[in-house]
Amino acid sequence: MPKDFLAGAKSRYDVIVIGSGLGGLTTANILARSGYDVLLLEQHYKLGGMATWFKRPEGRIFDISLHGFPYGMVKSCRRYWSQEIADQIVQLEGVRFENPMFSLTTTYDRRDFTRLLTERFGVSQQQVDAFFDVARGMNFYDDRRETTGELFERFFPGRTDVVRLLMEPIVYANGSTLEDPAITYGIVFSNFMSKGVFTFRGGTDGLIRSMHDEMKKNGVDARINCGVDRILVEGGRVVGVSVGGRRIEASAVVSNANLNATIFRMVGEEHFPCDFVEQARAVRLNTTSTQVYMSLREGDDIDRSTGDLLFSSTARDFSTDLLLGRDITSRTFSFYYPESRPNPRNRIFIVSSTNARYEDWAGMPAEEYRLAKEDLVETTFEALEPFVPNCRDRIDFAEAATPLTFEHYTWHERGASFGTKFEGLEVSRALPERIEGLYHAGSCGIIMSGWLGTINYGVIVANDVDGLLLRRGTPKVDELSAG
Amino acid sequence: MTPVEIRAAVLDILEGIAQDDDLSQLDDGTAFREQLELDSMDFLDIVMELRKRYRVQIPEEDYPRLGSMASTVEYLTPLMKDISA
Repeated sequence: MPKDFLAGAKSRYDVIVIGSGLGGLTTANILARSGYDVLLLEQHYKLGGMATWFKRPEGRIFDISLHGFPYGMVKSCRRYWSQEIADQIVQLEGVRFENPMFSLTTTYDRRDFTRLLTERFGVSQQQVDAFFDVARGMNFYDDRRETTGELFERFFPGRTDVVRLLMEPIVYANGSTLEDPAITYGIVFSNFMSKGVFTFRGGTDGLIRSMHDEMKKNGVDARINCGVDRILVEGGRVVGVSVGGRRIEASAVVSNANLNATIFRMVGEEHFPCDFVEQARAVRLNTTSTQVYMSLREGDDIDRSTGDLLFSSTARDFSTDLLLGRDITSRTFSFYYPESRPNPRNRIFIVSSTNARYEDWAGMPAEEYRLAKEDLVETTFEALEPFVPNCRDRIDFAEAATPLTFEHYTWHERGASFGTKFEGLEVSRALPERIEGLYHAGSCGIIMSGWLGTINYGVIVANDVDGLLLRRGTPKVDELSAG
Repeated sequence: MTPVEIRAAVLDILEGIAQDDDLSQLDDGTAFREQLELDSMDFLDIVMELRKRYRVQIPEEDYPRLGSMASTVEYLTPLMKDISA
């Protein structure tokens, strides 16, 4: 008989969280810590969503989305998780750019960036300060119409090299383009710029393990291998979910699944007004990715000046469109050294990431798909060669992931690796106005993507849920036992 | 609570949030953002703490009212007048 992953689950909770990406984990943790009875349901066999990793024989371990996040993670982890988790965050000092326009390494903080922009790019100090001030002044609750492209044109007219320096890392951080609202760029950029780029020293597995422990301490009932079939709506209100043939009730349901899947697959469009369904249908999914995971032979070493995060490109000009096609000219290499990513055999791992389009990979015959993956590995070796000489001989393991891989493991439609585009945020935020008790806290829009963005969105939604439960007079667990 | 007590309550919350800032020099009439290292998450934390400690509900459209100490106290006074300090 198959194992019952819902064994011992109650028939009713205050809140059910669907999906254990960093947003879902954070919502669940905060609400449980506030005293609510929380059930967390994850379809995959491990927690983390896109914040995930996989192991291969002989001590190889690869991180999928741990490439670098802003300093704000320290504060968010300390407040919404634990000091112990926050203490594991360390800086990545070698952020390197290699492209036909320029070649440089930076700590990617405001001081070093100001130095580079004034000394190397000849921009006036005044201009740099003015740009930083505007980017820093942008706030989530603001409403702005200017696009990122227009913002750059206002401050650095005609300077595609400056735009490349300022934009390329952000495109990789959250899939944004020059056509997106400037606020999507400004918030993320100024977050990074405050102190530089950081990573989690224990690797993704270490982070998720610590978060799991913390959740358990706070009383979250977390279940893996539990894909939710339906979110149950009765009389315009959420009443619970249907999972594994069981009905489990709750006053609020928070979906950390893809926005599209939440509305159309789990709730069903018949529960929403027509204009809202149309608005939700118009939300574009964000782009997806390909990755190549490589491990160096045991004992082989790379000079640390190679960098931690390397934005490489052979394209003469910079365009966000070029970053997306299958004719890859740009790659981000993440280098994982044993000191920042401890592993049993002190190996060095390299992960190459490229943004990609789903349609370039979907529907291929099996053999063609296999060859395309092989080709992806081969071309990645070529691209890596200038930075890691003789890399073909030194790398003893390489494996590719495509948009189909992401789709398979995360259940994200079309393998979307940054959720939806910016317009998804409005739909996501409007859900509780349409159906009482229904919330979404998944990556949507550029602001709420990336590790920090999604954790913070989890906090925002936990706040909304707490407000609803308080209005409804839901007693917290500790109040029940006290009374 | 009186406006003076509300101010003290908000200050106590701020001390937990803006740990690196010196709040003794805070000018009530000037925006928090011009004096302290606060981002939008910090403002949300203020909202969450107010609800946790005093059960005060602040809808999202009113968040801009929490711009400075003076405007925060003015906004909270009718909401918190019946709460005992």
